[in-house]
Amino acid sequence: MKETLLSLEGLTKAYPGVVANEDVSFDIRRGEVHALLGENGAGKSTLVKTIYGLVKPDRGRMRLNGAPYEPAEPKVARRLGVAMVFQHFSLFDALNVAENIALGMENPPRPRDLAARIRDVSETYGLPLDPFRTVGDLSAGERQRVEIIRCLLQDPKLLIMDEPTSVLTPQEVTILFETLRKLSAEGTAILYISHKLEEIRALCETATILRLGRVVGTCDPRESSARQMAEMMVGGELLVPEREPGEGGAVMLEVAGLSAASPRPFGTALRDIGFEVRAGEVLGIGGVAGNGQDELLAALSGELRTKPGMVRFKGDDIGRRGPNERRARALLTAPEERMGHAAAPDMSLTENAVLTANVREDLSRHGFLRWGRARAFAELVIERFDVRTPGPDRAAMSLSGGNLQKYVIGREILQRPDLLVVNQPTWGVDASAAAAIRQALLDLAAGGAAVIVISQDLDELMEISDRFAALNEGRLSAPRPARGLSVEEIGLMLGGAHDMEVAHVDA
Amino acid sequence: MIRLERRPQPSTFWTWLTPLLAVALTVVFGGVLFAMLGKDPLVAIRTIFFDPLFSQFASFYRPQLLVKGAPLVLIAIGLSFGFRAGVWNIGAEGQYIIGALCGAAVALALYPMEARWLIFPLMILFGALGGLGWAMIPGLLKVRFGTNEILVSLMLVYVAEQLLAAMALGPLRNPEGMGFPGSRNLTQYDSATSWIDRAGGMHWGVITAFLAVILAYVVMSRHILGFQIRLAGQSPRAAAFSGVNPGGLVLICLGTSGALAGLAGMFEVSGPAGQVSIDFNVGYGFTAIIVAFLGRLHPVGILLAGGLMALTYIGGEIAQSQLQLPAAAIQLFQGMLLFFLLAVDVLTHFRVRLRHREVA
Repeated sequence: MKETLLSLEGLTKAYPGVVANEDVSFDIRRGEVHALLGENGAGKSTLVKTIYGLVKPDRGRMRLNGAPYEPAEPKVARRLGVAMVFQHFSLFDALNVAENIALGMENPPRPRDLAARIRDVSETYGLPLDPFRTVGDLSAGERQRVEIIRCLLQDPKLLIMDEPTSVLTPQEVTILFETLRKLSAEGTAILYISHKLEEIRALCETATILRLGRVVGTCDPRESSARQMAEMMVGGELLVPEREPGEGGAVMLEVAGLSAASPRPFGTALRDIGFEVRAGEVLGIGGVAGNGQDELLAALSGELRTKPGMVRFKGDDIGRRGPNERRARALLTAPEERMGHAAAPDMSLTENAVLTANVREDLSRHGFLRWGRARAFAELVIERFDVRTPGPDRAAMSLSGGNLQKYVIGREILQRPDLLVVNQPTWGVDASAAAAIRQALLDLAAGGAAVIVISQDLDELMEISDRFAALNEGRLSAPRPARGLSVEEIGLMLGGAHDMEVAHVDA
Repeated sequence: MIRLERRPQPSTFWTWLTPLLAVALTVVFGGVLFAMLGKDPLVAIRTIFFDPLFSQFASFYRPQLLVKGAPLVLIAIGLSFGFRAGVWNIGAEGQYIIGALCGAAVALALYPMEARWLIFPLMILFGALGGLGWAMIPGLLKVRFGTNEILVSLMLVYVAEQLLAAMALGPLRNPEGMGFPGSRNLTQYDSATSWIDRAGGMHWGVITAFLAVILAYVVMSRHILGFQIRLAGQSPRAAAFSGVNPGGLVLICLGTSGALAGLAGMFEVSGPAGQVSIDFNVGYGFTAIIVAFLGRLHPVGILLAGGLMALTYIGGEIAQSQLQLPAAAIQLFQGMLLFFLLAVDVLTHFRVRLRHREVA
C-alpha cells in the first residue's frame, strides 16, 4: 500500500440554498490515479476548488503529507505541490508557448532557459510541443499540453485534471493517458474528474463517487464494471414514474437520419439521429451537456435548417421551415440558455412574450403590434406559472433564474403546443418550482401533446418520461420505454458503451 | 475606491439625463478649450448657443437651423435603425453623395423640360435609390461573405468622393459654365428645386425629415420590424430563436439608412447647395452619427439632437467670423459631444459606488 499524500476529513461547503459538499472524506495516495465521479451538480467542482485553494470549506480539514493543509489561495496550493489543469484553458492566443508559461510563474527564468526546460519536460513525458509556436495556432490538445507542462514545471505532488478529455481527439487521449501513467509511475498523484466511465476504467486505480455532495462509494474501476459505477453515480433509488405510460396517439414528430454540423464553433455535430414521438407521450433525452443538446433543439426549433426528409412534423417535411412557420404548426421550443436565447435580458416581460408568442397568440395585425394583448398574455403567464415579479414591465434580467425559467416554460405551454421541446427545463430552479414545471409538462402530455424533455437530470427524466434515449457525442441511442429501465442500462446508454452502439446501428 | 455596480435594469432616468449631462460637460470643457485659445469662454459659448436663437440677427439665423438640421435628422433617423440592430453603417456620407448625384443626374438629363409633377418625384426616387444602392454594397458583401460593414461602408465614402469629383468635372458639368467645374444650378431650374420658401428655410428635405421622425417612431414602438431590430441588437441569439432572418435585417437596416441618406443628399443638391460641385459634401453623414447617438437612437431624441447640432454649426460659424475661432476648434467641440455622451452612458447601465475595497 502506497503512503497517503492528501487526506480529506469531513469537508463541508454550503452555498445559499444548496449543500455542495457534505462531510466528504477520502485519501489520495502517492502516485495513484484517483477518479472523482458524479453527475453534474454532485459537488465535484466545489471539492477540487477546495483542494486547489479557490474555495474555503465551512467545516472539515485537509492534511498534505501529514501536515495540516489550508490553502488560502491557489498560489499557496501550487507552492505546496498541488497543481490543476482546468477544463477551460487560460492562455493568450497572441503569445507563444514559452511566453504563456512565463506569465504564470512568479519568477520566470530567462526565455532561453525556460524554452530549454519546456523542451526537456515535453520530451520526458511524451508531450511534443514547440515552445516558440504561437498558442493561437495550436489545437485543443496542444493547448492542454501547454497547461500540463505549466503544471509539471512546478514539480507537483498532486495534479488535478477536470474533464481533460472532453476537448481531445481519440489520438490525443492516448497520448495524454501515456503521460499520466508515466507521471503516476514517478510518484505524482493524479485526481481525475470525468463522466466517461470507460476512460476511468482504463486509467484509474481508485474511484470516489459523489452524489448530492456526499461520498456514496469507493471502488477499484479496474475491477468494477461501468454498470456498477453508473449505479453508484445515479443511486439505486431513481424515482418510479407516477403515471401510466401514455397510450401513444398519432405520430407527431419523425426524425430520421438527422445529421447536421453545429452552427457554433466548437459545437457538437448531430450524427444520424432517428426517433419518433407520438401524441400524449413524453420522450426523455439524457446525456451530459455539450453532446449535441443545443444543436438538437436548434434543429427542432428551426434555428438550424436541415436537409429534406430529416425532420417531419405531423407528416410534413419541416426541415427548411423557420421558427415562426413551425410555431404556426404548433411546434414550440424552449432552449436551455434563458438569458439571451430564450429571452432578451434587457427587454420587458411583455416584449419577451412577443418574442415567441406573436404568431400563435395573435399579438400583431398587419405587422403592427398589439401591446395590450401582449401585456395580457404576459400577465397570464406570470399568474398561471407563479412567476415572482412586480409586473410584466420589468426587464427579464431582473428576474431570478428560476423565475425566468418558469416564465419561459409557461410562455410556451400556454400557447397550446402539439409538440413542446424543452432543454434543461429545471436547471437552476428550486425544488418546488421544478416540481411545478414537471407537472405542467405532464399535464400537457395528458392533454394530448407530445413532449420532448432534454435534461441532464436522470431523476427528472425517469419521473416524467414514457420513453428514454441518451445523447452522446451527437448520436442518439434508440429510445426505450422508461418504465422498467434499470439503472445500469441507463448508465450504459449514457456512457456510450459498445453494446449501445450496436443497438443504435440496429435501430 | 470607485466601483461600478451593474443595475438590475437600465435606468430610464439616466437614459434621458445623460445627453444633457454630456452637453453640459461639452460646454465646460469646450469653454476651457476656448479659454486656452485666448477667447473669453463665456462669450464663445454664448455666441454658439444663444446668438443664433436670440441675438438681434436671429431672424436671419433661425431658418438656417432648419436647413442645417434637416439633413442631419434625416440621415440620423436612418442610421438609428441599423445602430439599434447592431448594423454599423458608417458610410452615410457616401450614400448622401451618391443620392445627390443620382437625383441631380435625372434632373440634368431632363433639362430644360418643365414638368414639376414628373421631374421632382423622379429626383426623389432616384436620390433614394442611389443611396440605397450604394448601401447595398456593404450590405450584400456582409450577408454573402461576412465582410465588416463598418470598413466597407466607410471606405466607400472615399470612392463616392472621387466619383463626385469626376462627375462635377465630367458628365454633369455645366455646358454653359465657361469650363468651371460644377453642374447647372438646380435652384434656377423650377421643376427641379426643393425650395419651398427660401426666406423661411423651408424646403422639401425639412418636411421629409419631420415625416421620417414620425414614421420611425411608429415603426420602432408599434411595428414588429422595430421590435425585431431592437431584439437583434440586444441579443442576436434570441432574435434567431424568435425567427428573425439576420441577413434580411442587415439589408433592411442598411437599405433604410442608405435611402434616407440619399434623399438628404438629393434635397441638399436641389436646394441649399444648388449644384453638384467637387466640395458638395460637408460631413453631414458623419455628424449624423453623433446626432443619432446624442438622440439615444430614439426618433424624438434625434430630432432634438439634430436641432442642437445645427445650432453648434450656425453658432460655430458666427464664432468663426466674429471671434476668429478656428474651424477645427468647432469640430473638436462637436466631437467632444459624442465623446462625453459615450463616456457618461455608463451611468445608464451601472451605478457608481464609492467604497473601500473589501478584503476577499
